[in-house]
Amino acid sequence: MRKEVPLIITFLAGFFFIADYFIPHTGFSNIAADVNGWAIIVLAFSYILGVGNVLRINAQRIAKKEKDWVLKVILVLCLFFMLGIGIFGGIAEGSIFDWFFVNTYTPMQATMFALLAFFIASAAFRAFRVRTTQAALLAITAVLVMIGRVPIGETIWKSFPDFTEWIMGVPQLAGKRAILIGAALGAISTGLKVITGLERTYMGQD
Amino acid sequence: MRKFFEFINKLDRRVIFIFVALAIIIPLLRPLNIKFTVTEPVQGFYDAIEKVPQGSKVLFSCDYEPGSRPELFPMTVAALEQMLRRNLKVIALSLWPAGPPIVEEALSDVAEKQFKSKYGVDYVNLGFKEGREVVMVSMGSSIPTTFPQDFRGTKVSEIPIMQGVSNFSDVKLIVNISGGYPGTKEWVQQVQARYNIGLVSGCTAVSAPEYYPYYQSGQLRGLLGGMKGAAEYEMLVGRTGLGRKGMDAQSMAHLIIFLFIVLGNLAYFSLKKKKT
Amino acid sequence: MNKRKFCLVAVIALIALNFFALVLSAQEASTSPATPSDSRWFDTNRFNVFITLAIVFGAILWFIGRAKKGKSLFVRRIAGLDAIEEAVGRATEMGKSVLYIPGIHDMNDIQTVASMIILGNVAKTIARYDIPLIVPIRMPFVVPVAEEAVRQGYSSAGRLDAFVKDNIRFISDEQFAYAAAVSGIMLRERPAANLLLGSFYAESLLLAETGASTGAIQVAGTANIHQLPFFIVACDYTLIGEELFAASAYLSREPKLLGSLKGSDLAKAVIVLAIILGTILETAGVKWFTKLFIVQ
Repeated sequence: MRKEVPLIITFLAGFFFIADYFIPHTGFSNIAADVNGWAIIVLAFSYILGVGNVLRINAQRIAKKEKDWVLKVILVLCLFFMLGIGIFGGIAEGSIFDWFFVNTYTPMQATMFALLAFFIASAAFRAFRVRTTQAALLAITAVLVMIGRVPIGETIWKSFPDFTEWIMGVPQLAGKRAILIGAALGAISTGLKVITGLERTYMGQD
Repeated sequence: MRKFFEFINKLDRRVIFIFVALAIIIPLLRPLNIKFTVTEPVQGFYDAIEKVPQGSKVLFSCDYEPGSRPELFPMTVAALEQMLRRNLKVIALSLWPAGPPIVEEALSDVAEKQFKSKYGVDYVNLGFKEGREVVMVSMGSSIPTTFPQDFRGTKVSEIPIMQGVSNFSDVKLIVNISGGYPGTKEWVQQVQARYNIGLVSGCTAVSAPEYYPYYQSGQLRGLLGGMKGAAEYEMLVGRTGLGRKGMDAQSMAHLIIFLFIVLGNLAYFSLKKKKT
Repeated sequence: MNKRKFCLVAVIALIALNFFALVLSAQEASTSPATPSDSRWFDTNRFNVFITLAIVFGAILWFIGRAKKGKSLFVRRIAGLDAIEEAVGRATEMGKSVLYIPGIHDMNDIQTVASMIILGNVAKTIARYDIPLIVPIRMPFVVPVAEEAVRQGYSSAGRLDAFVKDNIRFISDEQFAYAAAVSGIMLRERPAANLLLGSFYAESLLLAETGASTGAIQVAGTANIHQLPFFIVACDYTLIGEELFAASAYLSREPKLLGSLKGSDLAKAVIVLAIILGTILETAGVKWFTKLFIVQ
């Protein structure tokens, strides 16, 4: 039964939520809403798993004084510090947690996002070499869209933005829709395999 | 010349970083004021809000975190300005954990300081709820049950703006500013498709192409894509914000990248020719 | 009927009975005047979606049936998936690790499920070569699933002794904190191969470009279309959309899984025909066919 019970649960839950899309019956929808609520609670509890994983791995490395163990001590201390001030001091505006959030986390996150501007420049420089016909098409289209999407494109040629919108709205969209349809079918197929128990690798069972 | 092209071919990426940094910093310090026009999806966003009857309630979901702030915060404040100018009642919320403080900041700047609106009467911040699409679907049944308290801890049943708000049928439009997942796609799939409610979206430039199909099919009535979308929207709203200021920097950065691509290809072809 | 089957039927019947009791009691409990009660058991406005889903399911199940009967099924070569074995081989030669990034979404995303399936196959390959497999994870719920997938992979290769649980690490559920940490892993541990397979957002370019700067061979795959351009410019091989979902069938070559692949291909062919037919009819001014596909 160790193998069968998880598969039954997966099967029933999977088809239940597929059915929820088609069944407007109030009683059914209310149950779906309740199950969704349980999912929120379970997801929230999964953070205990995550924190446990972080503590277990880093505690071992600190105990063995492995390379960079001091940094791991800082990691663990920061974890408990933020947890503590959040639980005991609250997270509302004006709290210590909020101060650290606004003054440390927010700038760090914005910094990481800002790196993308630099990375796209270096990636484009490296990748857009016209080695083949497809590479040429890729490079030329990328350059046209890059210039057309900013005001300087309109300064160079008045209709540049419209041309760029055409590229985004017609050939790009056609290709994108094709990939979307393929990906959606792949997702349906994978979902069906998981629900019917054909695919069990994710459960760790053959 | 050959040595120059060899140097270009093996160029350290940090050199590229320096040029990109200069291309961004200089226009921010000395604006170039490059002109631009408004595109159709942005006009659609503006018109959709303009068409909402005055005094109606609008759901304003700001689903992003500080990482996407440069692109999305200008849209947030411009949208708030347009909604409050039309005397729309704004019910703000966020499906991202770090979203509510950003919403609070926008509401403070625009609603409180600019329009002198009253919290709880003209606008409310319901805060964040974990659950992503589950929360969206749950709001379709009951918004007060999904968000029993607002961001400040007040019971939603005691907030005047929330009186008579049960689910999506009690709001006239959903304005979504989205930084990724959960965001626009989920709002379209889980809410717009099920409840057939008006939906407009502002998103990062990278995500905008993915949402064009939804705009073309009418599921989205308007779409703001990235900083350019924010700049065009600010122009329509009549606001000089970060969107418009950032466009000069973005223009120069794109030009620099273009120049490096051209240089790289010149070096590649020149060296290839020499080898043959 | 044997004891096992009887237990299974009893469990299912019990769940079904409880469920219907809940449905009936939930309908009675729904007393809000603002939400009118709906007693319909099928939304006829979504009948077209139901039929489409039935066709897709039917095609997949039919081909699975054919595969079970021993029919050989051709699948075209997917360079990105072949490259995974190549990448693992390269890592073995260099004596370095393989970094597997399963995306940043939770288990409720089908791409993460697909990624876990591929992880199991990759772990089985890696177990044979005895090199470290590092799996940094963003969502805590994915951690036990990844641990089990990797453990099972090592077990299938008969190398359970080589399984290191600490290599499957929860990092942070914050997107850019995760990206920073994984970038740090790439720069410190210098894996020879990076496999980025799953659902990615803005951090995709950060990870791919950092990996490219270390000289690692990179295979990426995602169904998030807006991230594909970044993977294409920064990675050596990219699995586009459905190729990610095809990976489990392609790598395992199991007939039932290959059958499901063919089934979804047949469904795609039907959709293509519908698009062509719809375009012709719509151009000719015949609207009824397009109206069949409107979802309300």
